Amino acid sequence: MSKEERVRLFLVDDHAVFRSGVRAELGHAVDLVGEADEVDAAIELINERVPDVVLLDVHLPGGGGQAVLRGVLPHHPEVQFLALSVSDAPEDVIAVIRAGARGYITKTISGDELLQAVHRVGAGDAVFSPRLAGFVLDAFAGSGGTGAATIDPELDQLSPREREVLRLIARGYTYKEVARDLTISAKTVESHVSSVLRKLQLSTRHELTKWATDRRLV
Amino acid sequence: MCGGLAQATGIDVTLVRIGFVLLALGSGMGILVYALAWLLLPLEGESTTIFTRAVTDRRGIRLVIAIIPLLVLVQVIAGALHLGYLGSFSWPVFLAAGGAILIRRNASTQERLWINDDLVPMLHAGGDRHSRLTFVLRIAIGVVIGVGGLLVLILGHPSTAALRPVGGVLLVVAAIVVVFGPWWISLVRDLMSERQARALAEERAQMAAHVHDSVLQTLALIQRSADDPRQVVRLARSQERELRSWLFEGRPPGTIGDEATTLAEGIGLLQRQIESDHGITVQVVVVGDCDLDERLRALLDAAREATVNAAKWSGAPQVSLYAEVEPEAIMLFVRDRGHGFAPDSVPGDRQGIARSIRDRMARSGGRATIRSSPGHGTEVELLMPRPGSVT
Repeated sequence: MSKEERVRLFLVDDHAVFRSGVRAELGHAVDLVGEADEVDAAIELINERVPDVVLLDVHLPGGGGQAVLRGVLPHHPEVQFLALSVSDAPEDVIAVIRAGARGYITKTISGDELLQAVHRVGAGDAVFSPRLAGFVLDAFAGSGGTGAATIDPELDQLSPREREVLRLIARGYTYKEVARDLTISAKTVESHVSSVLRKLQLSTRHELTKWATDRRLV
Repeated sequence: MCGGLAQATGIDVTLVRIGFVLLALGSGMGILVYALAWLLLPLEGESTTIFTRAVTDRRGIRLVIAIIPLLVLVQVIAGALHLGYLGSFSWPVFLAAGGAILIRRNASTQERLWINDDLVPMLHAGGDRHSRLTFVLRIAIGVVIGVGGLLVLILGHPSTAALRPVGGVLLVVAAIVVVFGPWWISLVRDLMSERQARALAEERAQMAAHVHDSVLQTLALIQRSADDPRQVVRLARSQERELRSWLFEGRPPGTIGDEATTLAEGIGLLQRQIESDHGITVQVVVVGDCDLDERLRALLDAAREATVNAAKWSGAPQVSLYAEVEPEAIMLFVRDRGHGFAPDSVPGDRQGIARSIRDRMARSGGRATIRSSPGHGTEVELLMPRPGSVT
């Protein structure tokens, strides 16, 4: 998606202050086609207006961000979701990604970076914040494959290169800086990240679910 | 060495080297000449020789003179017991010992390192200096041999007349101890005070690092917030508390205390403290977790130093802190996207990086790598091996 083409953005967040903040910061660069502050209204409006990108709060009254994803994606798989939150319970973030969000960022992100992330998700790419990269490394830690019979070992493990890319993102590198550091193209970085996202969403990895449950119990 | 000789005589180095090898193979003369040249010719880049330094080394000469009574003692014992070979044998040993003392004291730094690292351990080979067991064993063997020697003396000459020379020897020994004893004690005292001075200097360096971490950092903060009296008071109070707990309770300032028991908790604490003290965002990502031990507290101290440095100097509004717990080691990265600097151009008095981070890590068995270039920010990489892991 080119920059001249204005992204049609939908905002789902229960904090009015945050919504007005985003409006002020992104209003000049995107078309805000709607807002919602709870799950049911969000599903109804998004299905009706079919925006390009939905900015989705992870913590939402009435079932959380996952509920919105489940209510929209079966009808409109073309809608891209970018999850965001302030507090970072890893299992919630991973759950939203597994439910279909194309990326995750924290609310401390600057206006410019937020706009960049929205564009990137709108173009079908994955957006990994350092925090998400850390969560994923954590979730896939332990090199996998031990004990539990894995159906698809390809899906249940990160490749060394993917691990490297995630590690750099977790250290605060931008995609461009990751590319320079590993002397690969920015496009390759993006394809690594997308493949990680795919693994995250499709993996039946025993440890991944176990990890999430363990976390919830803590 | 050959280079020096070549320079002194104007002959080609290679020729000199070949000459030495031939001489050494032919008669052994070469080795003698080589040793003499080593003593009498200055090392490359130095103006004095070992010989000239040795002649002017008054303490070294005093040490050598101090062994003369020992030589006299050996001679007296040998004479009394009619052991002529022992007497003639002690002379070369004495000369060699004196020479070795002067050479060791006056060798160049590099040569001294070689002597200390390679030769001295050879003398200690077979036993750890700190092992109590070897110490006790040595004493026991010494006592057994001494008693055995006395028994042989007495049994060998059944008459008590044999004890007379022994009595004479004891008198001479007593005389030597009375005459030279105080002097030996003063020599030993000198050596001890030298050692103490070194320990003191090390302690001073550690103290300087601590003071830099806490007091100087706080003073810099106070200067920056001079127009906000409440902030100044708050900073001064917390520094006062910290300094007191260091001076009177022995807890190093700026350390993560007992309030955190795991690495992730410690990093969270660090994040909150630095965010509130410096008004920047610290973005923390931790992968894995483990219990804190002394090494990891040192790692956290180094991480704090790196993060505070970034907060103060980089000009960036955000610092990224990433830690990963791996089976063999803990990796921690502190990164900012600020001004950066050319690592070579940092003056030696900017203690923060040089002393606090690198030395702290090295003292606990880890290491620190700092990457930075002007305009591209700075990244500090800290690596701490985990105890019990195979490195």
